[in-house]
Amino acid sequence: MIKITAPLEKNVIKKLKVGDEVLLSGVIFTARDAAHKRLSDLIKKGGRLPINLKEAVIYYCGPTPPPPGLPIGSCGPTTSSRMDRFTPELIKLGISAMIGKGDRSEEVRKAIKNNKCVYFLATGGIGALLATKVKSASVVLFKDLGTEAIHRLEVKDFPLIVGIDSQGRDIYAKAKWKSE
Amino acid sequence: MRKVSVSKIRDTVADLCLKANFELREDVLAAIRAAVDNETEARARRILESIIENARLAKSKRLAICQDTGIVVVHLQLGQNVSLTGGSLISAINEGVSRAYMTGCLRSSVVGDVRVRKNTMNNTPAVIHTEIVKGDKVKITVSPKGFGSENKSAIKMFIPTASDEEIEDFIIEVVKKAGTGACPPVILGIGMGGTFDEASLLAKKALLEPVGSSNPKPHMAKLERELISKINSLGIGPMGLGGKTTILGLRILDYPTHIAGLPVAVNVSCHATRSAERTI
Ligand code: SF4
Repeated sequence: MIKITAPLEKNVIKKLKVGDEVLLSGVIFTARDAAHKRLSDLIKKGGRLPINLKEAVIYYCGPTPPPPGLPIGSCGPTTSSRMDRFTPELIKLGISAMIGKGDRSEEVRKAIKNNKCVYFLATGGIGALLATKVKSASVVLFKDLGTEAIHRLEVKDFPLIVGIDSQGRDIYAKAKWKSE
Repeated sequence: MRKVSVSKIRDTVADLCLKANFELREDVLAAIRAAVDNETEARARRILESIIENARLAKSKRLAICQDTGIVVVHLQLGQNVSLTGGSLISAINEGVSRAYMTGCLRSSVVGDVRVRKNTMNNTPAVIHTEIVKGDKVKITVSPKGFGSENKSAIKMFIPTASDEEIEDFIIEVVKKAGTGACPPVILGIGMGGTFDEASLLAKKALLEPVGSSNPKPHMAKLERELISKINSLGIGPMGLGGKTTILGLRILDYPTHIAGLPVAVNVSCHATRSAERTI
């Protein structure tokens, strides 16, 4: 098992190969549909973003609220492809990695390759288990969006699989059920 | 007439919302355990094992099995000799949902308007299906439904002379299109017959049937078995990463239909298929 720490350095990302199973520690930021839409609108308006996304790891996740005594509730990944329309512009802003579930568009794959990023898969539907890997959580932006707000998470040994590596190799490329 | 207070229904709905979200159904868990034993791909086994571990943690820590705690679908079977007292049934159900989601730290995933899309922040309203039945009991089934899988559902109005193959191809295509989005291994509810609306409702109800059970009609049971084996041979596997386990269970519920038609609805659900029921 490969252990890595966020923010991810370029030479660490470069070494990750599609299919590798990794344990990620460090700081990641949640964002799903509504937060992506807002970020995208802000980018279009040309203003400065209220958050620095340089080298950020973005996790497509809308957690359940934290039960007493825990930093976060259930927090598994949501379907990444819904974020595909926004991803290239976020990659341009300098995000280094994304975490979600499922396959991505060809456009996203190319943007990952051209900018030497990485896309990780987390297992969907195991949000309780993943919650045990989160050490702290706080809302940093778009609080009014509730679960869709941007949360800053500090994770320890968060289990992931490399879905698209920095060379653009896609774990789902050979899936025969897809091409048919 | 037996009097049942709607406050009793409210409390029951609240209890069932919590139970469904924290405790994976025994039949679903058993199907996942069986899949681990049957699976030959190492990665697929690891994913299935993590799903079992997740269920254990969710139950012991009272954490949601999945963060998509769904929109709540409530199925009511209301005995015709029951007289409801104490106010509005619909309000009582929604109060039960709201209370469970607020106090149980479950996610509010409902928007009040499909275009404005403002979160209602208490996961109401629920989708409520009521059936009037014989007797003086009220059976309440609560099923929180996640949308990764719900979004992949489909209905097709076949012509009456459609072959088994055509119907199978349609259902298999739904699973392929669902791909990774429905968190495979999936569970399918199939509704056949009735009308456009009835077929969809049957498909949803089919998800409440125990995984591993089969339609009492032999020709339907055969279709269920064939579909399960064909879908498992697609090789999608857990999270779409390959393996023998693409589907955990599939149930068909059927109803008579019109001479000119053959509606087939497929309600896609995931390995976190949740429901809980109680009769009062
Ligand atoms: S499809 Fe099911 S397991 Fe996957 S995220 Fe949605 S509710 Fe959870």
